[in-house]
Amino acid sequence: MRLLGWHIKNNMLRVVKILDIKTENPSVKTLFFRDEMCSSAGPGQFIMVWIPGIDEIPLSISSTRPEGSSSITVAEVGEATKALTRLNIGDLIGVRGPFGSSFKVTDGRALVIGGGTGMAPLMMLINRLVEENVEVTVIEGAVDSSKLIFTEELKALSENYGVRVFFTTEDGSYGVKGLATNLAKKLLRRERFNMIYTCGPEKMIRKVYNMARYYSVELQTSLERYMRCAIGICGSCTIGKYRVCTDGPVFDMVRLREIEKYLGAYRYNERGEKVPI
Amino acid sequence: MIAIDLRTRVAGLDMPNPTMLASGILGTTADILREAANAGAGAVVTKSVGLKPREGYPNPTVIQVECGFLNAVGLPNPGIRKFVDEIRGLRDLKVPLIVSVFGFSPKEYAEAARLAVEAGASAVELNLSCPHVKGTGAEIGQDPQTVKLIVKAVKSRVNRPVFAKLTPNTSSISNLAEAAVLAGADAITAINTVRAMAIDIETFRPILANKFGGLSGAAIKPIAVRCVYEIYEAVNVPIIGCGGIRDWRDAVEFMLAGACAVQIGSAIALEGLSIFKKICDGISKFLERKGFRSVNEIVGLAHKK
Repeated sequence: MRLLGWHIKNNMLRVVKILDIKTENPSVKTLFFRDEMCSSAGPGQFIMVWIPGIDEIPLSISSTRPEGSSSITVAEVGEATKALTRLNIGDLIGVRGPFGSSFKVTDGRALVIGGGTGMAPLMMLINRLVEENVEVTVIEGAVDSSKLIFTEELKALSENYGVRVFFTTEDGSYGVKGLATNLAKKLLRRERFNMIYTCGPEKMIRKVYNMARYYSVELQTSLERYMRCAIGICGSCTIGKYRVCTDGPVFDMVRLREIEKYLGAYRYNERGEKVPI
Repeated sequence: MIAIDLRTRVAGLDMPNPTMLASGILGTTADILREAANAGAGAVVTKSVGLKPREGYPNPTVIQVECGFLNAVGLPNPGIRKFVDEIRGLRDLKVPLIVSVFGFSPKEYAEAARLAVEAGASAVELNLSCPHVKGTGAEIGQDPQTVKLIVKAVKSRVNRPVFAKLTPNTSSISNLAEAAVLAGADAITAINTVRAMAIDIETFRPILANKFGGLSGAAIKPIAVRCVYEIYEAVNVPIIGCGGIRDWRDAVEFMLAGACAVQIGSAIALEGLSIFKKICDGISKFLERKGFRSVNEIVGLAHKK
């Protein structure tokens, strides 16, 4: 008799209590909870978060702590994220995961470019890079100062560990006026980096990809697609021949080149319709 | 050593081996279907497509239980008129492309099937068995008369093989198979998922947004083997076995029960796309050890008196 385990360990649903909530800006909150499997996640990995009675959505883990707590950082964009940001300490959510690939730590000098809540997986990565003594430059871009997140943490990393941090806002209300990608271009023109890491709106990722190609710098990026199963069978989150949930969400330059025609251009929506991004 | 022949012919479709990608698993785009074929699937079946676009249900739609997966995705699809672009993108596919179709009436099934075949489908598989959408799938596929009407309607509109994928959520699956074959079905696929449910005890809520869903995986394999065995006794068309197949032993068991090919779905979550090749290698070694030369020789052997 063969008794095969017919399950994926990380995929069992666990219901956890929200232990703490931090307001990052008027529309973004970080929720802390305790779950052993989540606390062992690598930077870039994501979990499926169940808001009972509402929805289940994929979210990157934004931090893990050795004592076993983890966090997700969520911006109000739709019904599910709105419900999440309105939860209180003690409320219950379900988690599955962590799933997918992680950012790989580079040698030498790293340039991290984040937009919006794309900073969530990058924040965890930045902490890891600092631990591994990588020389880190961070550019965080937002529409205006009210949309920036993790400013305090990044300033602390700058003061304590010499991380070079730039903030850009499109209206100039904080930091450098303009787009994160414009500042990135200036840096890439005069400095040499071993790796670029990016996450944010896919149009921004596409620009970063084009720059990385142009300046011949390696790139890792975390992509997002509509997701259902998170275990590689439903076919909802495909990008070219890859599944974002199991082949991604972090893609390197080799794979990005294979899916270049989709990157920042097309995605499949909930109905499976190919639509422009 | 004599080479083992894994080639299989199902209702006129030539497959390099008896494994197929099951419907509802990946199957959403040309790129990912090609990836499954490149990984070794002997044929691929698309996700079910209807006449009109559908969004499907909110998440959670796919969850894990002790013995498999539970899903209520809700037949999301872009509608056949858009999906033909994906079908056309597979003109050069080396293995048969089977398009799974559903409808809310015999006419809708027939129209979706016609457009799929026109775009290049090698065959169509009728989803008469999805257990979680009102007005289609299992709800109408439980009634032999309706099955007959649907198969007849489709057969009158397409000139390619028609597979009927049947539901185990019935008192007699062989009655359904007989009805489908009488109406002209060229093959039977058995089984689809078993209607099921899971409740979270911390929040007191059904976990699936749709509350009910279909169970797949290890739990349903013995049910599926029984269904295939019964259908083999009842009808004379090829049977494609499906339900909880994870390795070559499972595949062989279905073939002994009467399946000439097997569909693989949920186990891809556990084994990845290399599962097709692994199962084929395992079947080959088994056939060699037992002294067979072709995979076709073991189909239905469990029925020998």
